[in-house]
Amino acid sequence: MASSYLSKSKHMIMQSLKSKKVLMSIIMRHTSFVTNSQFCRPFHIQNYADSSVALSRSFGSIYCERRLHTATSVSNKSSTEAPSRQELDFPGGKVKFTPKLIFTSSSNNERTRCYRVLDEDGQLLIDSDSLNITKELAVNMYTNMVTLQVMDTIFYEAQRQGRISFYLTTIGEEAINIASAAALNINDFIFPQYREPGVLLWRGFSLQEFANQVFGNKYDYGKGRQMPIHYGSKKLNYITVASTVATQIPHAVGAAYSMKMDKQYSCTVTYFGDGGSSTGDFHAALNFAAVMEAPVIFFCRNNGWAISTPINDQLRSDGIVVRGKAYGVPSIRVDGNDALAVYSAVNDARKMAIEQQTPVLIEALTYRAGHHSTSDDSTKYRPVDEIEWWRADQNPVTRFRKWIETKGWWSDETESEHRSNIRKQLSQAIQAAERVEKPPVADMFNDVYDVPPKNLSEQEALLRKTIKKHIHEYQSDVPM
Amino acid sequence: MASIFQVIGAATAAVSSSTSFDTKKFQLCSRRSVSERKSSFVVVKASGSNRIGSRADQLVTNAVATKADTPPAASKPGHELLLFEALREGLEEEMERDARVCVMGEDVGHYGGSYKVTKGLADKYGDLRVLDTPIAENSFTGMGIGAAMTGLRPIIEGMNMGFLLLAFNQISNNCGMLHYTSGGQFKIPVVIRGPGGVGRQLGAEHSQRLESYFQSIPGIQMVACSTPYNAKGLMKAAIRSDNPVILFEHVLLYNLKERIPDEEYVLNLEEAEMVRPGEHVTILTYSRMRYHVMQAAKTLVNKGYDPEVIDIRSLKPFDLYTIGNSIKKTHLVLIVEECMRTGGIGASLTAAINENFNDYLDAPIVCLSSQDVPTPYAGTLEEWTVVQPPQIVAAVEQLCR
Repeated sequence: MASSYLSKSKHMIMQSLKSKKVLMSIIMRHTSFVTNSQFCRPFHIQNYADSSVALSRSFGSIYCERRLHTATSVSNKSSTEAPSRQELDFPGGKVKFTPKLIFTSSSNNERTRCYRVLDEDGQLLIDSDSLNITKELAVNMYTNMVTLQVMDTIFYEAQRQGRISFYLTTIGEEAINIASAAALNINDFIFPQYREPGVLLWRGFSLQEFANQVFGNKYDYGKGRQMPIHYGSKKLNYITVASTVATQIPHAVGAAYSMKMDKQYSCTVTYFGDGGSSTGDFHAALNFAAVMEAPVIFFCRNNGWAISTPINDQLRSDGIVVRGKAYGVPSIRVDGNDALAVYSAVNDARKMAIEQQTPVLIEALTYRAGHHSTSDDSTKYRPVDEIEWWRADQNPVTRFRKWIETKGWWSDETESEHRSNIRKQLSQAIQAAERVEKPPVADMFNDVYDVPPKNLSEQEALLRKTIKKHIHEYQSDVPM
Repeated sequence: MASIFQVIGAATAAVSSSTSFDTKKFQLCSRRSVSERKSSFVVVKASGSNRIGSRADQLVTNAVATKADTPPAASKPGHELLLFEALREGLEEEMERDARVCVMGEDVGHYGGSYKVTKGLADKYGDLRVLDTPIAENSFTGMGIGAAMTGLRPIIEGMNMGFLLLAFNQISNNCGMLHYTSGGQFKIPVVIRGPGGVGRQLGAEHSQRLESYFQSIPGIQMVACSTPYNAKGLMKAAIRSDNPVILFEHVLLYNLKERIPDEEYVLNLEEAEMVRPGEHVTILTYSRMRYHVMQAAKTLVNKGYDPEVIDIRSLKPFDLYTIGNSIKKTHLVLIVEECMRTGGIGASLTAAINENFNDYLDAPIVCLSSQDVPTPYAGTLEEWTVVQPPQIVAAVEQLCR
């Protein structure tokens, strides 16, 4: 019985194959097959259609028990109708069937490769002409990286001395900060997490402005309302840092949507860590950006640690780069400690995002060489020699320095000159910021709404009355 | 930057038979005379020089003397529509007026919105301005916030207010706060709207009163509409406001019919509405409970009472000016709300009134609210969770004793 049905269906299939040339061409063009069936290889189809023997051989492999029942029911209905389909036009597109019960593996055999052009010794691994980096740009990038490093060290010390309440360093991620910023345009909106002050530094935020924010004095653009390192600058298109993790990711998509509506030649860029990629906001934002074809660059700083949670406790996929594919977003993995790789990747990503109106996901592999923040002591959960190895061997700043020194664009003298220059500027900025008075009481009630409503005005009046009554209990340096 | 409100006189609206109110002409303050005619009622704008910010000069002063006597035909006859159509009209007028206004939400595009508030807008303005989002409330609210920070004026629709619980993080931490924490650098002129409240057997998850959860968030404003007239006016005001505004609609009020003016009007977001002036007791309510109160008022009037009914409309901040004036006149307060007893709007309003007007009260404030239970599905049980007119009548009788 089986053979008679096989020959009948084989005959019908041959008929349909010969007559439905369109279907044939579609099958031939379809390249993403899950099954290994011989029938699926394009150039063989033509042969099989002509050779009935070959056809029965191939169908012998395809038509297992289950398939037989389908073939039976189809052929029972009408002898002139096409036999069981090879593919179906589901909502969402055509999908080919397979009788093989195979689960896709949880991961590929090989991990996604990491794009790197500069090795640890500062040697360029590609032809240097293909890089579009002038001396000016390279030196600018390097000096900013050093400035960032020095700034982090000094502000961290200031916190330890009790002069500021909190700080968060970017040690180990200087290349990510500066190189990505260098590849962007000032019109590209930045939606940072909190470990990206380098982007602001590149765009022109001065050391004094940084100091004003961490000291929360009256010159702070945030008017002393946020913790240190929660910088923000409308002028430089850098949205104020919010402490909440990954809430900025959908913001970036919304802003990209706004740019798309206005047809601007710019994109939005949002940064987040490996921990941030676990949040619900990340997934929905990526998904939606793909659906909307929004020009947004999702930059993930995979630095291996989310406070004390190592990457293996955070996720089991091949990092974050594979998640892009899940949502239909082009993605790349780069060496986050290689400034040149980060620069060229962001450069290309930006072009792709704007010209093709697509989101792009970049995963930069790096290491959080410092503690999570001044409230953290990472030696409690990770070995000191691991930290030391990354700080020394994979240090992005020294790596880039080696490269620009081989080009003859930098030297020991310029290095020490620059460092001492920055240190001096910083200590001046800190001293100046410390002396400036704090924002006045009125700033506690402004900007909650566009205009203070009656209840807030009442509360302010009450507060002033209370302070006046108990003047000795309140700090005298807070201006009224 | 102060928002601009254009208030066109005291707009008149003829009330259709489906929503029967008893009104008196405002200037006739006699205690006993009652007329059960269905007449046009005057929306009174509160006067006052101590209004918020610089809005005082735009408000029409007490409209009693000027408008009460003019028949509705003085202005153009107006047109009749349902509440959801009024919302749509307001939305469409604002989208026409300002190209930055856009809508995002689930099924708002070609489907026209689950309550048809955005019907036809996608065809008119395109897919990009009326955006269908995936089921990720926190994220599309975040998207709206990001779009607002970079220049757009989005209206974010929650298919049901209860779903916005998922967006609480974005609404509280970012929407309410970012203008403040950025030092005023970035503003967030979003409107978050959706139907809430207890419907007809929608189940506990779809019968939530989000106003009680959101009321604490600093930086947002909350308003609740109850008639087609104020729905359109509040929608327009909310869109024009530079602050984030949450507009609460009610599932059961979408099919209310009313005649609204043809000419453009925008209402004040922080103002309460005097529904029925009276002398004996001040009844404060909002949204659907307004209709239960008015029904109870009919009974009360028959029994010889004269309640003053105020639809507070502005849930955050409260219009303590209008409320205060009323309390100074009647000295008795009854709050009727749909929120749960614990931590609802009524609870906050009770506290606010006690603090500010304690000297004027003859009796403790009575607050009628729903019980602290999830809304049951069974029709009879659901009815018992919501405050019904007989309870209101009983409460007034008790208060006035």
